[in-house]
Amino acid sequence: MGSLTGTALLAASVAPAVSPKAVAPSVAPSPPIAAPSIDLVGVLPVLIVLGAACLAVIVEAALPKRQRFVTQVFLAVGSIIAAGVATVVLGVQGHYVVTFAGAIAVDSATYVMWGSLLALAVVAVPVMADRVIEPGGVFAAEASAVIGSPRAKQATAVATPMQTEVFPLALFAVGGMLVFPAASDLLTLFVALEVMSLPLYLLAGMARRKRLISQEAAVKYFLIGAFTSAILLYGIALLYGYAGSVKFAAIASAARAGGGSDLLLLAGIGLLVVGLLYKGSVGPFHLWTPDVYQGAPTPHSAFMGACTKFAAFAAMLRVLQVALGSMAWSWKPVLMVIAVISMAIGAFFGVIQQDLKRMLAYSSVAHAGFLLLGVMSITERGVTATLFYLLTYGFATIGGFNLLMLVRRGGLEAPRLADWAGIGKKSPAVAATMTIFLLSLAGIPLTSGFIGKVVIFTAAMNAGMGPLVVIAMIATVVTAFFYLRVIVMMYFAEPPATSVAAGGVEAPTVALPSTLTLVTIAVCAILTILLGIVPQPVLDIMHVTFPMLS
Amino acid sequence: MNPTHYLMLSALLFGIGTVGVLIRRNAIVVFMSVELMLNAVNLSFVTFARMHGNLDGVIIALFVMVVAAAEVVVGLAIIMSIFRSRRSASVDDANLLKY
Repeated sequence: MGSLTGTALLAASVAPAVSPKAVAPSVAPSPPIAAPSIDLVGVLPVLIVLGAACLAVIVEAALPKRQRFVTQVFLAVGSIIAAGVATVVLGVQGHYVVTFAGAIAVDSATYVMWGSLLALAVVAVPVMADRVIEPGGVFAAEASAVIGSPRAKQATAVATPMQTEVFPLALFAVGGMLVFPAASDLLTLFVALEVMSLPLYLLAGMARRKRLISQEAAVKYFLIGAFTSAILLYGIALLYGYAGSVKFAAIASAARAGGGSDLLLLAGIGLLVVGLLYKGSVGPFHLWTPDVYQGAPTPHSAFMGACTKFAAFAAMLRVLQVALGSMAWSWKPVLMVIAVISMAIGAFFGVIQQDLKRMLAYSSVAHAGFLLLGVMSITERGVTATLFYLLTYGFATIGGFNLLMLVRRGGLEAPRLADWAGIGKKSPAVAATMTIFLLSLAGIPLTSGFIGKVVIFTAAMNAGMGPLVVIAMIATVVTAFFYLRVIVMMYFAEPPATSVAAGGVEAPTVALPSTLTLVTIAVCAILTILLGIVPQPVLDIMHVTFPMLS
Repeated sequence: MNPTHYLMLSALLFGIGTVGVLIRRNAIVVFMSVELMLNAVNLSFVTFARMHGNLDGVIIALFVMVVAAAEVVVGLAIIMSIFRSRRSASVDDANLLKY
C-alpha cells in the first residue's frame, strides 16, 4: 500500500519533466526515469523516532521553559515505545522490503535489531530525565555557560532545571542507530553513522557536575570520532572505486567475480572495518572509551555503552556478511588477532581500575572481543548469538551504570571502588541489584550473561575457532575477578569511617532515584534474570539470517 | 590527464591530513586536518565516478559535504566550550582523564 502510493506520487512528479515539447518528434521519447520504490511503512519505526526528534526541536523553540520538560520526556519515551510497537507489528506481519532505491533493507534481521535497540533505548533514555538524584537533573542547566562564571555557579547552586535539548539529541541518536544496521549501501551507512554520533558527542559534554572532565570527554570523543569517520569514508571511497557502486550487493558480486584491483578492495575493507571497530570500542581502537564513559553524564554512558555498541555490532554483522562475506579469508585472520587484543586489554586494564565507571568501560572493551567471536562465525548461529549477547550485555550495562548514580558523596557521584565498601549493609537493595548485573557481566549461570556466553562460544566453536574460544574463556575468568571484587567490596568490606573527626572523609550515602529510574533499573534486573532462566523464546525470535539482496 | 594522478593526489592529501591530526596540538588545527581528510576522500569519489562513468560518486561527495558541515557545527561548539573554560585549545592540556 505504502509502496504503491509512494511510487505513484514520485512518478507523477517526474512525468512532466521528461515529456518536454523540445524533444524532436522523430526521436522516440526517452523512457521516464524509473522512480525508486519508497516503502514508507517498512521504515515506520525510523520515521516515528526521527519525526518525534524534529517535533522535539520545535517544542524546544515554541513552548515556554516550564512546560518543555514534561513534553520532551513524554515525546521521547512515547516515540520510542510507539516505534517499538510498530516494529513488533510489522515484524509479525513479515513486511519485508528493500526500499529507498536499495539503500535500506528491512528484513527479519532488521526487525530483530530494531526491536532490541528500541528495547534498550526505552530503558536508557528515561533515566536521562531523572531530576531527583541530582536536583535539577544530571545534565547541565546551561551547557554553554563558562565554567566558574557567576552564571554557571548560580545555575548549579539553585538547581536550575536541566536543558531539555538532551531529549531531541537522544532521539536523533536513536534514529541514526536504527538506520545504521539497516543500511544496505555504504553511503547510508556513513550518513547514519554521523546522525548517530554527532548527538552523542554533544551529550557527552553536558554533565551538570564535573563540567571540566565532561567537556574534555566530549572533545576527545569528537576529535577521535571525526578522525575515524574520515578513515571509514576513505574505505568507502576505495570500495566504490573497486566495485563502481556502494551497494552491498554490488560490492559482494564484484568481490566474488574478482578481477579488479585487489589493492583497492583490501585497503577499502581494512579502512571500513577500522571505522566500525572504533564505534564498537573494540581492542586497540578503544582508547576513547574509558575517558568518555568516565567523563560523560552517567545515564549517557549507559546509553552509549548499550545502544551504540548494539548498533555498531549489528551494522558490522550486516556489512561483513552481506557485502564482504566472500572476502572472509582476508578479514577473518585480522579480526581474530583484534579480538584477542581486545579481550586482553579489557581484562587486564579492567583489573587495575579503581573507578567503577572506568572499570565498566574496560569491561565493554573485553565484551567487544567476545562479540567479535560471534561476528566472525559468519553463520546463522553466529548472528543469533551476537544479537542475544548484545541484548543481555546492554541490559546489564544500563542497569550497572545507572546504579552508579545512586551512591553519592557531597552531592557528587562516588564511583570509586572504596566508596562502595559496605554498601550491602547500608542499602541491601542497591547491593543486591548491582550484584545481579555484575554476575551477568561475569557470565555466572542463571543470569543472562551466562546464556549469552554459552551461545556465542558455541557458535564460535562450531565455526572452527576452538583456540580463540579457549582464550576467551581465560579472559572471562580474568574479567570475573574484577566484577566479583566489587561484590566482595559491597558485602564484606567495612564501610569507610563515617565522621570527619574519626579521620575519614565523609561517608557516601545512597540516594533515592525518581520512580521512572527505579522502574527502568528494576526492568533491567528482571530481564537479566529472566533471559538467564528462559532464554529460548528470545533466541527463537533472534534466529534470523541476512538474505542476499537482489 | 590520467585519472590515476587524481587518486594519488587524493591519497597524498589524505596522508597530510592524517599526519596533521596526529602531530598538531591545537584542537582547531586538528579539526581542520580532519576536514582535509574528508575533502581528499571527496576527490577520490569524484575521480572514481569519472572512471566508472556513473554519478554515484559525485552524489556521495555532495552528501559528504553536508555531513562535514554538520560536523563543523558540533565540533566548533565543543571546542569553543572547552576553550572558554580553559583559555586553551591545546589537546595536550586536556589531561584530566587518564589511565
